[in-house]
Amino acid sequence: MVIPIILTAAVALATLLYVARPFFGESELPTAARADGPSTGRLELVEERDRALVALKELEFDHRTGKVSEADYRELIGPLRRRAVETLRALDLVEPSLRAAARRREGRSRARVRS
Amino acid sequence: MALFGHALLLLVLGLLVYAAVAGSYAALRGRRRLLSSAVNAFVSAFAVTALAAGTLVLAFVRNDFSLSYVADHSSRQLPLGYTLAALWSGQEGSLLLWLLVLTGVGAAALLLNRRLVTDVLPWTAPILAGIGAYFAFIPNAVASPFATQTAPPNGLGMNASLQNPYMMIHPPLLYLGYVGLTVPFAFAMAALASRRVDERWVVASRRWMLFSWTFLGVAILLGAKWAYESIGWGGYYAWDPVENAALMPWLAATAFLHSVMVQEKKNMLRVWNVVLIALTFSLTLFGTFLTRSGVINSIHSFSQSSIGGWFLAFIAVVATGSTALILTRLPILRTSVKLESLASREAAFLYNNLLLVAFALTMLWGVAFPLLSQIVRGVPISIGPPYYNFFLRVFGLPLLLLMGIGPLLAWRRASLRSFARAVAWPLLFALFAGASLLRAGAGSSLSGLVAYTFSAFVLAAVLLEFARGTRARKELGESTWACAFTSLVSRNRRRYGGYVSHAAVVLLAIGIVGSSIYGSSGTAHLQPGQAMSVGGYSATYLGTRLTHSPSHDALRGQFALSYRGKSLGIVAAGKNHYKVEQFFANAVGIHTDWLRAEDVMLIGDQFDKDGSVFLKIAVNPLVDLIWIAGVIFLLGSVVAMWPDAREKRQLARRALEIDGRPVVA
Repeated sequence: MVIPIILTAAVALATLLYVARPFFGESELPTAARADGPSTGRLELVEERDRALVALKELEFDHRTGKVSEADYRELIGPLRRRAVETLRALDLVEPSLRAAARRREGRSRARVRS
Repeated sequence: MALFGHALLLLVLGLLVYAAVAGSYAALRGRRRLLSSAVNAFVSAFAVTALAAGTLVLAFVRNDFSLSYVADHSSRQLPLGYTLAALWSGQEGSLLLWLLVLTGVGAAALLLNRRLVTDVLPWTAPILAGIGAYFAFIPNAVASPFATQTAPPNGLGMNASLQNPYMMIHPPLLYLGYVGLTVPFAFAMAALASRRVDERWVVASRRWMLFSWTFLGVAILLGAKWAYESIGWGGYYAWDPVENAALMPWLAATAFLHSVMVQEKKNMLRVWNVVLIALTFSLTLFGTFLTRSGVINSIHSFSQSSIGGWFLAFIAVVATGSTALILTRLPILRTSVKLESLASREAAFLYNNLLLVAFALTMLWGVAFPLLSQIVRGVPISIGPPYYNFFLRVFGLPLLLLMGIGPLLAWRRASLRSFARAVAWPLLFALFAGASLLRAGAGSSLSGLVAYTFSAFVLAAVLLEFARGTRARKELGESTWACAFTSLVSRNRRRYGGYVSHAAVVLLAIGIVGSSIYGSSGTAHLQPGQAMSVGGYSATYLGTRLTHSPSHDALRGQFALSYRGKSLGIVAAGKNHYKVEQFFANAVGIHTDWLRAEDVMLIGDQFDKDGSVFLKIAVNPLVDLIWIAGVIFLLGSVVAMWPDAREKRQLARRALEIDGRPVVA
């Protein structure tokens, strides 16, 4: 009867210490960014840019493997390139405003950690 | 031991409730340390659950029959392997295994993805913990594996059907697949809760979905092999409600694994994908309810218990919660991207999704209708194999064809000319194969002939995809064909791993059609020295042999088997009598011809005192392709799951661009 109680107490203590550990040291987990924060719009653009670049590569490969004919290739490549360029331009436009927003965000998160 | 076990389970429940409550508060208020503490509580819950499971296993090994669960599921005569596996041989222990797997995969998901899904993690932890708390509540309050009694001198033993080597591997793999589906659900719901519906949660969910889907698929096949070898009815899948309960989420997960590619490539189907994840998870819960509530009579189901009501309530909470969350997040999920053409890769994925989900829902109706009929009209109605076989043909054959057409279509759109050129060779090969089979006599079953023709088309399409891709890589400067092939696969593991899995599904289809449509069987009452013949095989009954072991007596009929006059050796088939359990089980004899992938199965149905036997012989053509398909399926999944350095680099670069911090993907 005594041994199970001692064992249970030992396990409970060990888990308690582990669960409480973040309150006594630096947390390994970063806080979440705000969903409507400035990085969201940029992230969407970055993802859109990556998708456009992947689509260009895919089209190139499909053309090489014979899935896309020469005529289809010529018809499809233009809009895809335009999409990629437009996304890159949009990214360049949001860059300056984001830098300022990122600085504000950093300041807020530092204040939160201090509190 | 019982007290220790009870205390551990209570501790697990406390840890998970804390993780759920503290995690939710941390997510709402953005408290980093509290979130870390909640994650630590979840990880601790896994460690303590492992300790509780270890304690129960120790009780089995020590034959501690003061624990009711141990006494009900083992005996002193049970071999050690089965004694260890007895942990999951009953309701209470298998729920403990469920909790162990849930906390294990949950902890792994939280720790491995903490950098990838930073923004989603605060809600992932409490959602996983909430689900875990429910599964910890059940063994604490409803079905405890540590309940005690006055110890009897010996246990009741293990169900004889479970005394099979597959028992040691099938349930844990099934649970890894089944329970693992909780992780993509948690990521999806967390993404919706935190309004972070970018691609990162999709990547994390897709990886865990692939992991769970692989284990579930392998487990379903292992279960089929178990049924085939041990139950002795000559088949491997009986459309049993519990078998269907595992297949339904697998089908929904298959749909997701295809449609998620459309989301990643084209930013489409975002609502559909979260619906699929929620459906997949709800189907796993429904399957669990079927197995554990005792509402259906099945070889798989556990005894009648009060657990069903708890599961129904939980399913209602999950279905309502996830539906409400999806509906409230529709504005951020919807995109303006439209399907450009009905003849494109993404359109093929959409058709495949519709067919897979329609098949899963048809099966769900087949499983649920008898229950509803019983409740509403008080009349039990059974829906048997003809219903499922009909819909397997209706949905399965177009799906098979789409597996061949889809890879040959380009993304965005394909002109009729390009499409005709892409499918020309596979189509010619398929027509040739179909005509040859028709000439060979396969026309006795139209659906069989169509399935084989479609299978030939898919195999040709897969081979062509590899060949064209390798040639393209070679033209791009790879030095050798081997380098070109390796580069092709390593640059797009998911696509080519997927094609390998397609080849596995084709083998599976060929095996299922061959064994179910073109098989033959016969039964005869034989005296020693007499013979019977089926499908070119002849079995001569030589007599019986009786052997003894601590757990069972084995009676085996000895049969000299030959094929078209050529001797194949002696095959033994008979019955085992399990002494403690007082149960007779079939021990079938199987001779496998690997070259033709054909089995001849001998089942000794009844041995009479005069030395005669009622023998059943079943010839199952191509059945072994099903098991070979399992190996190839696993290979394809491993290729697709293998960490993709390019994707890692892309995610890391993206994270640096956005947040200025690196990501460990």
